[in-house]
Amino acid sequence: MSDPHIVSSFDDELKYLIRRVSEMGGIAERMGGDAIAALVNSDAGMAQRVISEDIVLDEAERDINERSILVIAKRQPMAHDLREIMGSIRIAADLERVGDLAKNIAKRVVAVEGSGQPKKLVRGLEHLAELALTQLKEVLDAYSTRSTAMASSVRQRDEEIDAMYTSLFRELLTYMMEDPRNISACTHLLFCAKNIERIGDHATNIAETVYYMATGAQLLGERPKVDETPSVTAAGK
Amino acid sequence: MANFHTDALANSGNGTAHAKQEGAKSANTRGVAKIKAESVNVFYGENQAIKNVSVDIDERQVTAFIGPSGCGKSTFLRCINRMNDVIESCRIEGRILIDDNDIYAKGVDPVILRSHIGMVFQKPNPFPKSIYENVAYGPKIHGRTRNKSELDSVVEQSLRRAGLWDEVKDRLAQPGTGLSGGQQQRLCIARAIAVDPEVILMDEPCSALDPIATARVEELIDELRQNFTIVIVTHSMQQAARVSQKTAFFHLGHLVEEGPTDRIFTNPEDKRTQDYITGRFG
Repeated sequence: MSDPHIVSSFDDELKYLIRRVSEMGGIAERMGGDAIAALVNSDAGMAQRVISEDIVLDEAERDINERSILVIAKRQPMAHDLREIMGSIRIAADLERVGDLAKNIAKRVVAVEGSGQPKKLVRGLEHLAELALTQLKEVLDAYSTRSTAMASSVRQRDEEIDAMYTSLFRELLTYMMEDPRNISACTHLLFCAKNIERIGDHATNIAETVYYMATGAQLLGERPKVDETPSVTAAGK
Repeated sequence: MANFHTDALANSGNGTAHAKQEGAKSANTRGVAKIKAESVNVFYGENQAIKNVSVDIDERQVTAFIGPSGCGKSTFLRCINRMNDVIESCRIEGRILIDDNDIYAKGVDPVILRSHIGMVFQKPNPFPKSIYENVAYGPKIHGRTRNKSELDSVVEQSLRRAGLWDEVKDRLAQPGTGLSGGQQQRLCIARAIAVDPEVILMDEPCSALDPIATARVEELIDELRQNFTIVIVTHSMQQAARVSQKTAFFHLGHLVEEGPTDRIFTNPEDKRTQDYITGRFG
């Protein structure tokens, strides 16, 4: 943190926002991890807990938005103070979405379980989730330390998630073609994979926001994209 | 090209036509320096108030000077129309050029200079005369008009440009001091533009006004920059951010940082600028 403001309650308000965003980060990370664990272990109870936890994130995002607007109205922040507040609003929105995606995975746990899940595929998902959640964890560390280097590296690594998602997509497609009885479970897993991939995208968004908060500049250059699923077909797989 | 020398007095009647001609020529040019300050130092006795300030002020743009009290921003502003000349102990080094003419050169008449460089102060200071006389005073003493009807039209034009005409047209003979604070300030702006200056200097023009009157003056500043080069000293960072295209930050007599207003207020380079605009020191 830079030097304190002359008006110390301004500092308190900014610290409050930082604390709330960090809390949201912790909750979103845990929800993601728990949702995957519930899926892998077919744990309906845990899935239910993830689903009910989403409300906390929604509420936190609303709170951060309201407080941010209040700070802008009261203090007319400038320069990095203003970026700090805009960053809080944007990161809170990303984390709220991460919560939604985790909740969506949790909702599918029962459906996948009922249809005899292909173990091997769930393994693949678990690995994809590991990558995405590591990204999320690191970007939250980058947020709390304002590390631009860390933020840039998170953004670069989204590539791995995209590549892995593409290969999972192909695999699931193969399973469905092999045996139509797999279609129901595989479709759910496909959505789960997509959700995990989206969590990775939100981590990337946060990385860009953290970079902007710290420097006032946008991370330039097209970010690497290896999600080839839009062009994957059953015939060409 | 502006000429502030005593021997140009005879020509000053052409000022209006002259300025218009020049305006047409440079209407499309952006970022042309109207005022150039080169290594300006200002001393009040032993005390150095301005330390080696060099800055270009663009034509037909609003440039804001910001900084804590005593940083030298008003002193520097007052150098631009030689207002500091009247202060006995004040000494100025370096050069200030307006259209490449050194305003501190020998033979420059400060009175003529000031007819090219209008000034608006913190407290509205209308003359204790009628609204009409307040505006007509400048054009009259500078011999800018030939007869009453020309003078009438200059007064009306100036009041219109200052956004005050509709509010005062039916009471031009009443004293200017009877207007509200915001109206008085716009009257002072009308008075300043009546002599068709090239530059308008404003020293905290809104600090004595309520938010509505402030908004009117800010709207006016935005319109005036079509025709005038404006330099404004303000304590309100938000005002600087709203009205100016360029901002210069002064601290302890130094020009710390200057640049596009958009950048200064979102991503300043110097830590002192950053600390000041975010409210970290006074």
